[in-house]
Amino acid sequence: MLDFLKTLDRRWIFLAMLLAVAIPIYQQKLFPETPTKPVQDVFDYIEQLDQGSNVLFSLDYSPSSEGELAPMTTALIRHCCLKRHKMFFMTLMPDGLPLLEPNIEAVIETEFKDSKFEYGVDYVNLGYNAGREVVIVVMGTNLSKMFPLDYYKKPIDQLPMMENVISLQDMDLIITISTGYPGVKEWVQYSASPYGIKLAAAATAVQAPQAYPYMPNQLLGLLAAIKGAAEYEAALGARYPAYRDPRKNDGIRRMAPQFWGHLLIIGLILLGNGIYFADRVRGGRR
Amino acid sequence: MKRETLIWTILFVVGGLFLFYRAALSEHGMGKEYVKESRINPQSASDLRIKFVNARIGEEGARFSLSRTVGLWLSAFFTLAVLSFLYRDNVFYKIAESIFVGVAAGWAMASAGFWEAIVPKLLANLVPDLMRTWALPDLDASRKPNYIYLVPLVLGIMVLWRLMPRGGWIARWPLAFIVGTFAGIKLISFLDADFVNQIRSTIVPLVVLNQQGRYDVWSSLRNAGLVFGVLSCLTYFFFSLEHRGLAGKMARVGVWYLMITFGASFAFTVMGRIALLAARISFLLDDWLWLIDPKGERPF
Repeated sequence: MLDFLKTLDRRWIFLAMLLAVAIPIYQQKLFPETPTKPVQDVFDYIEQLDQGSNVLFSLDYSPSSEGELAPMTTALIRHCCLKRHKMFFMTLMPDGLPLLEPNIEAVIETEFKDSKFEYGVDYVNLGYNAGREVVIVVMGTNLSKMFPLDYYKKPIDQLPMMENVISLQDMDLIITISTGYPGVKEWVQYSASPYGIKLAAAATAVQAPQAYPYMPNQLLGLLAAIKGAAEYEAALGARYPAYRDPRKNDGIRRMAPQFWGHLLIIGLILLGNGIYFADRVRGGRR
Repeated sequence: MKRETLIWTILFVVGGLFLFYRAALSEHGMGKEYVKESRINPQSASDLRIKFVNARIGEEGARFSLSRTVGLWLSAFFTLAVLSFLYRDNVFYKIAESIFVGVAAGWAMASAGFWEAIVPKLLANLVPDLMRTWALPDLDASRKPNYIYLVPLVLGIMVLWRLMPRGGWIARWPLAFIVGTFAGIKLISFLDADFVNQIRSTIVPLVVLNQQGRYDVWSSLRNAGLVFGVLSCLTYFFFSLEHRGLAGKMARVGVWYLMITFGASFAFTVMGRIALLAARISFLLDDWLWLIDPKGERPF
């Protein structure tokens, strides 16, 4: 048995992982979620902002991270729609550009169709600008210099919602949903730290550990990975009962496959160590 | 026939039959996309531009979209092709990999680089009248050429000079400009955000009192753990002192702190990878095969 386990083909482990993730998705099991403090802090801040506050969304991720970050993007935009904040969308990633429009369409223009949000008055899609952190640096003093035209190539100074917005310093909150560089770190370095602008972050699991040290002074909260999305959806559902419907909560639905996947990994780590020690006891290779 | 070839053949035949059954013989089929027309700015009387947005089956105005359906099937194919690498390297994985690299490069150059940067930011400032008639009809008619933008144009050309057979050294000048600028920007911001502010964040009270003026055990312990962790990790990286005695013990604790941090990072990475796998499987079962409908988007 020990020899069999020692030489087990790793493809069986891949198959086990596939089943551990696919079966809970097929069965659509749900687990209860409770928001942790970093998530609740973001929720509370958006909640207490006055209606019509300026919120900038920087979707700094590419399609490869969409599986992790799309649920939290939806939840955050949804919350801003419920509070009727003015929303500015942009991205610092070239391949993040095709993700701006579907998020706006799915939430603002479809889910909140009856709320009659008007483009240019309630929300604007600024699109992408090359330059990475330099874009943030310039936006810190002059937003239209970096984004003279919106995504539809219309001059942004013709849009009513830009009348009182000159720079990032006119934003009541910046939300960066990021996957790497440029992302949370750059927004902290070039907007939150020099200007004291309130910054919230939603990050992939890989990037989240780098963002934690910035809390709470430079970052008011953090949605870390898919768990952060599920927690934010839970916070939204607790405040707005219409959003307790699991059909609207991608993050919460993903927690079951996540749980079984983690359990399998833990089991495999224990098994691997068990095999190693059993082999040593038997006098095998050290 | 080799055993492996037999396994692959059986998998393909069974998979193909299942897809044929789901797509052609089942009541509702599978993997189809629907769209509807939507005005970009429905409140505006003058802005009549439209776009196509995703629609649910049976929704008013919804119609079948061949292009998006092809996109959906391609997406499913590439997902399976990439996942097939877990079994072993194969031609489908190679195709997916090559197309991904090509599309990403093409997208970055044509869409993000040219249409989102060069046209609206450079050419619109240098030749606004030409851009208005060619690509940017909404551009302000009063806009005059701004010749300061000749500087980035010249610098851009100098970077591309590297591709010329002679005078490749010319590319060093704009690169020197970029390196110098970035170094300056980075230095100041790093010192402020990651050095001064991080030191400030570490200066916390070791004895925390709550709002009632009572001793807050957990907050005090957390702050003490934070300060102690920073000091012990710094001791580990302090190489001017031999790690013996108190310094050695502190460094040892620092190593433990670091190990726990690395463990947490690794666990986060595992979580991220499983989340991505779950997203792709969810896509295959829901959007492509229509085996589940967690969002309640389909009327059957």
